[in-house]
Amino acid sequence: MKRSLIALVAGSLLAFAAIAAPGTLEGVQKQPINVSAIAMFLVFVLFTLGITWWASSRTKSTADFYTAGGGITGFQNGLAIAGDYMSAATLLGLTSLVYAKGFDGFIYTISFFVGWPIILFLMAERLRNLGKFTFADIASYRLDQNRIRTFAAFGSLTVVCFYLIVQMVGAGQLIQLLFGLEYTYAVIAVGLLMMVYVTFGGMTATTWVQIIKACLLLGGGTTLMLLAFSRFDFSFTNLFTQAVAAHKSGIAIMAPGKLMADPVSAVSLSLALLFGTAGLPHIMMRFFTVPNAKEARKSVFFATGFIGFFFLVVIILGISSIVIVGQDPQFFEGGIIGGKLIGGGNMPVMHLAKAVGGDVFLGFLSAVAFATILAVVSGLALAGASAIAHDLYARVIKKNQATSAQEMRVTKIASVGIGLVAILLGLLFRDQNIAFLVALTFGVAASVNFPILILSMYWKGLTTRGALWGGIAGLLSAVTLVILSPAVWVKVLGNAQAIFPYDHPAIISMTTAFLVTWLGSVTDKSARASSEADAFEEQYIRAQTGLGAAGAHAH
Amino acid sequence: MSQPNIQARIRSNPKFAEMVGKRTRFAIILSLVVLVPYYTFMMITAFNPALLGQPISEGSIITLGWPLGVVLVVGSWLTTGIYISRANGEFDTLNEQILRESAK
Repeated sequence: MKRSLIALVAGSLLAFAAIAAPGTLEGVQKQPINVSAIAMFLVFVLFTLGITWWASSRTKSTADFYTAGGGITGFQNGLAIAGDYMSAATLLGLTSLVYAKGFDGFIYTISFFVGWPIILFLMAERLRNLGKFTFADIASYRLDQNRIRTFAAFGSLTVVCFYLIVQMVGAGQLIQLLFGLEYTYAVIAVGLLMMVYVTFGGMTATTWVQIIKACLLLGGGTTLMLLAFSRFDFSFTNLFTQAVAAHKSGIAIMAPGKLMADPVSAVSLSLALLFGTAGLPHIMMRFFTVPNAKEARKSVFFATGFIGFFFLVVIILGISSIVIVGQDPQFFEGGIIGGKLIGGGNMPVMHLAKAVGGDVFLGFLSAVAFATILAVVSGLALAGASAIAHDLYARVIKKNQATSAQEMRVTKIASVGIGLVAILLGLLFRDQNIAFLVALTFGVAASVNFPILILSMYWKGLTTRGALWGGIAGLLSAVTLVILSPAVWVKVLGNAQAIFPYDHPAIISMTTAFLVTWLGSVTDKSARASSEADAFEEQYIRAQTGLGAAGAHAH
Repeated sequence: MSQPNIQARIRSNPKFAEMVGKRTRFAIILSLVVLVPYYTFMMITAFNPALLGQPISEGSIITLGWPLGVVLVVGSWLTTGIYISRANGEFDTLNEQILRESAK
C-alpha cells in the first residue's frame, strides 16, 4: 500500500517535471511560464500528498474510505462543503459575470446561494440519519434495491461525468493560461493527482484537501478584496461611481438588465441552481462524514456562512475589476481598452490580482485556482467511485455479500478508472463549447436525483415504479430540452433558432419528473407498492430521531 | 429490546409527535422566510427592474437592489443559525428524551 503510494507520488512529480519542460519549448502559449505560481502550487501538492500519506494509514475500512469514518466535525465539514461549492468556476465565472453585467451578476450569485438554507431545513438531518455512504442508500431505503439503487447510481455517475468534463476542460484552459503549461499535460496532471488523493486517502484526504483549499481561497479572495477596495478608500460610493463611469453600459450596471428579463427563464435558472445543488452527489456525500444530525446541521450553518461571505467578496472583486482592470491597457489584447481581455472573458479576477498585488500575488491566486479544481474533481471522483463500488458492485451485483476487502479493491479500481475517464473526457472535449454542460449537470441533478431523494424521504406513497418512471422522465426531458436549447441547438449545432428557448430546462423537466413519479406511484397497486408504503413508518422514525443511524467509527 | 418494539414506543410517545410537529413547522416557516423574499426579488427583477434601480437616497449612486441583495444573502445565512440553535438545542433535547424513554 505505502509502496504503491510512493510510486504514484513519484510518478506524479515526474509528470510535473515533464510538464514544466515542454511548456518552455512551446512558446506559442499566450502566457509565459509562471515560476512563482508553479512553485506555490507544488508546495500545495507536496503538502496535500503528505496529508494523503497520513490519511492512507487511517483508511482501512469502506467506512473510512467513503465517509472518513464519520469522524469529521461540523466546522471541518462546513469548510469542506464550502470548498466543494466554491469551485474555480465560482471565483472566475462569477467575478467575470459581475465585471461584464454588473447587477445581473449579483442576481445570479444570489440564486447560486439561497439553496443552502433550504438544504438545511428540508434535508440535512434526514440525509444524515438515513444515509450511510451514498445518496442511493437513501433513495433505495425502502424501494427495490436492484432497480432503484442501480438507477440512482447511474444518476450520480451521469452528474459526476458531466461535472468532471466541465472541471477538467476548465482546468486545462486555466492552467494553460495561468501557468503557461500545455493543456494536455495540465489535464493529465490534474487526473493523476486526483487519483492519488482519492485512491490512497479516500474521504479523509479529500476532505482535508478541500479544507485547505477552502482556507486558501477564502484568505486569498479576502486579501485581494481588501487590496482592491483600499483603492476606493473602502467607500461603496467611490467604488460604484467610478465603476459606472468606467463601464461601457454606464448606469445600467446598477439595475437588473437582460439576464433576468424573462421570468420563465429566471425561474427555471433558479430552480436548477436551488435544487440542482441539493442533488449533487459529491455534496450529499459530505453529510455522511459527520457523526450525527447535530453536526450535519452545523456543517450547513458554517458552509452557508463561508459561501455567503465569499460570494459577497466576489461581488466587490467584480465591481473593482470594472475600474481597475477595465481601464488598464496592459490587460487587453493589443492594449486596446474595451477590446478582448487577455486570456478571455473569465480572467478579470486574475488581472485584478496582478494589478493590485503584483506577480507574486497573481502566482498565489493561480495556485489557489489550480488547487481548487483539484479539490473539486477529487470530491467528484470519490462520489463516482462510491456509486460504482458501493452501490453497483457491493449492493446490486454482489447482493450485499461482498467482503469489505473486496469492496475496497473495487473502490480503488473505480477511482483509478474515473481518473482515466476524466483525463480522456478532458482531452476529448478540448476546445468544445461546454457551457451547456453546466446546464446539463444542474438540470439532471435537479430533475433526476433531487425528486427521487426528496420524495423518498417525505412521501409515503412513493413506489419503485413511480421513482423509476419519474427518474427516467426527468432524465429524458432534461437531456432533450438541453439539446433543443440555445446552448446546444444554436451554439453547438449551428441552427438559427432554438426549439426550446431557455438554457435551463428545470422548470419543465423537474415538474415532469415530479408529476410522472406521482402518477406512477398512485396507480401502482402491486403488493410491493403496499409493502413499500408500510416500510415508510420505520424509515420515518429513523429519519426523525436518528434511531439506528450509522454512527461514527472508532479508529 | 427489539427494534420494532422501540419504534412502536417512540410512535406512541406524545413527545415524538410534539417534536416532529414543532420541527416540521419551524423548517417550513424558515423555508418560506428564505424563499418568499427571494422569489419576490426575482419577480421584481423580471417585471419591474426599475424599482431595484432606484437610488437608495436622493443623489446616491448606490441603487436599492444592492443592499437588498446583501440582506437576502446575510438574512438567509442568519435563518440557518436560527434553525440550528433551536434544532440542536430544544429539539435534540426532546429527541434524546424520546430515545431514552423508548429504550427502557
